[in-house]
Amino acid sequence: MNINATLLGQAITFALLVWFTMKFVWPPLTKMLDERAAKIADGLAAAEKGKQELMDAEARVAQELKSVQNRAVEIINNAEKRANQLIDEAKDRAVVESNKIIADAKARIEQEFVKAKEQLRSQVATLAVKGAEQILKAEVDIKRHEQMLNTLKAEF
Amino acid sequence: MLTTTEYIVHHLTHNNYSGVSDGVWSLHADTFTVSLILGFIFLSVFAIVAKRAKVENPGKFQLFIELILEMVQTQVTDIYHGKSRMIAPLSLTIFCWVFLMNLMDLLPVDLISFINISRGSPESHWRMVPSADINATFAMSISIFLLIIFYSIKAKGLFGWIKELFVAPFGAKLAPINFVFQMIELLSKPISLALRLFGNMYAGELIFILIALLPWGVQWILGTPWAIFHILIIILQAFVFMVLTIVYLSLAIEEH
Repeated sequence: MNINATLLGQAITFALLVWFTMKFVWPPLTKMLDERAAKIADGLAAAEKGKQELMDAEARVAQELKSVQNRAVEIINNAEKRANQLIDEAKDRAVVESNKIIADAKARIEQEFVKAKEQLRSQVATLAVKGAEQILKAEVDIKRHEQMLNTLKAEF
Repeated sequence: MLTTTEYIVHHLTHNNYSGVSDGVWSLHADTFTVSLILGFIFLSVFAIVAKRAKVENPGKFQLFIELILEMVQTQVTDIYHGKSRMIAPLSLTIFCWVFLMNLMDLLPVDLISFINISRGSPESHWRMVPSADINATFAMSISIFLLIIFYSIKAKGLFGWIKELFVAPFGAKLAPINFVFQMIELLSKPISLALRLFGNMYAGELIFILIALLPWGVQWILGTPWAIFHILIIILQAFVFMVLTIVYLSLAIEEH
């Protein structure tokens, strides 16, 4: 157990080792570890945020779905109402139209009737003359009897 | 053929370089060389890992280095409550360097002598374990002792520290007793640090040498358990040296 200059040499070595560790080993390693810790913390925070956002989005979707459903029901109700309205309107129009057609038909019939009567009336004279001719066996003077026949026609 | 005593003495004699002068100014070349090489190994491994350290996807070796670093950091932040840029790197250096020096104890005791003898220089001595050299352990503990004084003065001021040496723990009336107590406390720190490590490593080395004296067929019966037990001791001694350093330095900055 002899103490000599080795002690001094060892102390210098020790001091240099500590200096080097302080300068080039410890700071970069601790910096890297701190960076990693920060990165992990950020990642966890981001995950938490993402979870929260997902929950928000789900809530929003549910809300949206509900409002869409309500709106669909409303649209269906409106459509039904409108359809009923259209049917009613169509019915009303059909009644009006049919009445008009019936009235037209009646008017046309009346017209045809008058026209036919007129034709019959004009033909009746000829027929009567023909009948009379037959009866009188051509002894009737048309000129003579014209006045009488016209009177008869007017009276018809 | 050496006698038992000669064998033990041979193994426990330093390679003493006394080219400049004998006595106090001679140098243990073995302690100096081995500890320097181990220091370079420690620094280059850590510096390379520190340079290539990645935040993401660290390799297994980087994780191992980080494990050591975080262990040291935990100890420092648990024990030392002041602010210092030096104490954590200091602790890391102590732990790794002391561990590597202790680790040399697990090399076969005759390995270096065998190489030396085969080179035809039976007289040359080589002790492989620097921490079993009291110069190495005292070099560290005296450096720490100076740091204790430095930190005390830094925290309390030169006058504050000197005053504390006389008034604590019994008050100003018992100043001489206080001073004696404080001196004992102060000086016991480096002595206990150095002798604890030296004693453990020296004893371990000696027992390995004694085991090596047994017949070769039965050496494993004692050698194996002692080597396994020694794995624990070398880590524990490195750890204890580091923790006590942190404790002493944290005591230095605290008021009595």
